[in-house]
Amino acid sequence: MATAVSQSVPWYSPPKIARVVFQAKRYPVLPVAILVFFLVIPAVFAPLVAPHDPLKGSLSKRLKPPVWAEGGSIEYPLGTDKMGRDLLSRMIYGARISLLVSFMAIFVGGSIGTTLGVISGYFGGKLDALIMRLVDIALSIPAIFLALVLVSAIGPSFGTVITVIALIQWARYARQARAETLTVREQDFIARARVAGASHVRIMVRYIFPNLVNTLVVLATLQVGSIILLESTLSFLGVGIPRPTPAWGVMVADGRELIVTAWWVSMLPGVGIMLTVLSLNLFGDWLRDHLDPKLKHV
Amino acid sequence: MQRYILRRFLHSLLAIWVLSMIVFSLARVTGNPLDVLLPLEAGPEEYERVAKHWGLDKPLYTQYLIFMGKALRGDFGTSWKWQGHTAMSLVVDRLPATLQLAGLALLISIVISVPIGVMAAVMKDTPLDSLSKLIALLGQSLPSFWLGIVLMWVFAVQLGWFPTSGRGGLSYMVLPGIALGWFQVAALMRLTRSSMLEVLDSEFVKLTRIKGLPEWKVIWKHCLRNAAIVPLTYFGVTASALLTGSVAIESVFAWPGTGLLAVDAVRARDFQVVQAVIIVFAGVFIFTNLVVDVLYAYLDPRIRYQ
Repeated sequence: MATAVSQSVPWYSPPKIARVVFQAKRYPVLPVAILVFFLVIPAVFAPLVAPHDPLKGSLSKRLKPPVWAEGGSIEYPLGTDKMGRDLLSRMIYGARISLLVSFMAIFVGGSIGTTLGVISGYFGGKLDALIMRLVDIALSIPAIFLALVLVSAIGPSFGTVITVIALIQWARYARQARAETLTVREQDFIARARVAGASHVRIMVRYIFPNLVNTLVVLATLQVGSIILLESTLSFLGVGIPRPTPAWGVMVADGRELIVTAWWVSMLPGVGIMLTVLSLNLFGDWLRDHLDPKLKHV
Repeated sequence: MQRYILRRFLHSLLAIWVLSMIVFSLARVTGNPLDVLLPLEAGPEEYERVAKHWGLDKPLYTQYLIFMGKALRGDFGTSWKWQGHTAMSLVVDRLPATLQLAGLALLISIVISVPIGVMAAVMKDTPLDSLSKLIALLGQSLPSFWLGIVLMWVFAVQLGWFPTSGRGGLSYMVLPGIALGWFQVAALMRLTRSSMLEVLDSEFVKLTRIKGLPEWKVIWKHCLRNAAIVPLTYFGVTASALLTGSVAIESVFAWPGTGLLAVDAVRARDFQVVQAVIIVFAGVFIFTNLVVDVLYAYLDPRIRYQ
C-alpha cells in the first residue's frame, strides 16, 4: 500500500524532494559533494579550472547565452556578460573570493571573540560585565548599517568587508566561549593546574581553550553560510568587494539591468550562491548534531 | 515591572550612544573629516562652511559635544547630493515608503509561516512537515536580493503580471514584499512549529480534548494562543531583519525608501545622509526591541521577576 502510494507520486513532487534533501542531511554526502565540486575545487584551482580570463573579455562576444539556450556555444558554457567576459570563469573566481572573505572574517572575528570570551569567563567580575555589554551592543548593530557607514567613510575594499563581518561576528564567539569557559573553569583539573603553578595565561591557553575547539568549529561552520550571504549582499549593494573583482554579489548586480535581454547574467551567479549556502547550512547542521548538539539554539 | 522597563530603556540608549560614537569617530579617525564629509568635487568655500558648521576647528571633545547636541536635535547637516535638503528631512520623507514595504513583508511572512508552522507541528513527520523544513532551509539559503531579481524576471518580465520597479499602487508592492518577507517566513515557521510542538504536549491540551472541543478549536484557539508567544518575542529580530533587508530589496526594485536612499548616499559619498539614515534606523530598531521586551515581560511574568 505504502509503495503504491509513493509510486504514484512523481519524483519531482516537493515532499519527495524534501525527503531526499533530508536524507542527505543525515548523511551529508550531497552537501559535501556540492561543496567540494562547486566551491572548494574551483576556488583552490581557479587558474587551472577556469576556461577564460575572468577580467578580460571581447566585446564582439558580449551577452552570449549559456550552452543550453538558443545561440549558446560550448566555448562559453554559462554565457558571457555585457563586457564579453566568460561567466563560468568569473563564477569560479567568485567562489575563491567568497571563501577567502568568509575564512578571513571568521579567523579574525573568531580569534578576537574567543580571546575576549575566555578572558571574560575566566576572570569574571567587572571585566566580564564590560565585555558582555560590548557583546550585546555588537550583536544589536545590523551588519549592513555598519558596512554602509564604514564604506562611506573609508571606501569599499576587500579589507573593509572583512572588518565589517569580523566586527559583527566576534560577539557570537565571545558569548559562546564565555559560556563554555564558565563550566570548564569549575572543573578539578583547572584547580590542580593552578596548584601546580600554572599562570593564568597558561591555564587559559593550554587547559581551557582545547575544551572549546569543538564548539567553536561547529559555530564557525554554522556561520559560513550566512557570512557568504552577507558578503554577497554587501557586494551587490556596491559596498562590498569593489569592481572589477568577480564577486558573486557584484555579478548579480551587473545583471540586474540586463534582466530583460540577458537573464543568465544575474540568475546563474545567484544559483551559485544558493547552492553554496544551502550545502554549507546542511553540512553545518550535520556537524552540530554530531559534534555539539547543545548548540541547537544558535 | 517599571524597573525592568527602565533598565531595558537605558540599555537601548546605551546602544544608540555607542553607534553614534562609531559614526562620530569614523568620520574623524580616518584622516581629515572634511574629506569624508564632503565629496571629491567640493571647493574650498564648501570646506570652510562645513568646518564651521561642525566646529571642526575646535578640540575633539568640544566637537563631540557639538555633534551630540546637533544629533539630539536631529540635525545631521545638509545633503551634498540632494541640494537644498537637510539629511534628516530626506530620511523622514523616505521613511514611510520603507515602513509600508516592511509592514507588507511582515504581513506576508505571518500569513504564510504561521499556518504552515502550525500544520507542520500537528502533522509531524509527514510530507507536509518535510516540505516545511525544505521551505525553511531555502529561506535561509536564498540571497534575498537575488530572489527579488528572480521574481522580477518571472512575474514582471516573462508573465507581465506586475510592474518591474518603482512605487505606485498595491501591484508595485507585491514582488518586493514577497522578496523581503521570504527570509522571515523560514524563521517564523520554524519557531511556530517548535513552540506548537511543545504546547501540543502539555496537559491542558489533553483537558480541552477530554472536554470534547472540536480538534480545530483545540489547535487554532487554545494551542496557537499559547504557542504564539515565542514567535512574538522574535518580532524584534524580525523587525530589524526587515529594515536591514529593505536596503537590498529597495535597490533591486528601485523602491524609493530609506534603504535606497542610504545606498545612493553611500555611492555619492554623502556622509551626512548616511549618518542620518543609520541613526534613524537604529532608533526604529531599538524602539521595536524595547516594545517587544516590555510586551514579553507583560505576557510572561517569569521574565520580569528575573
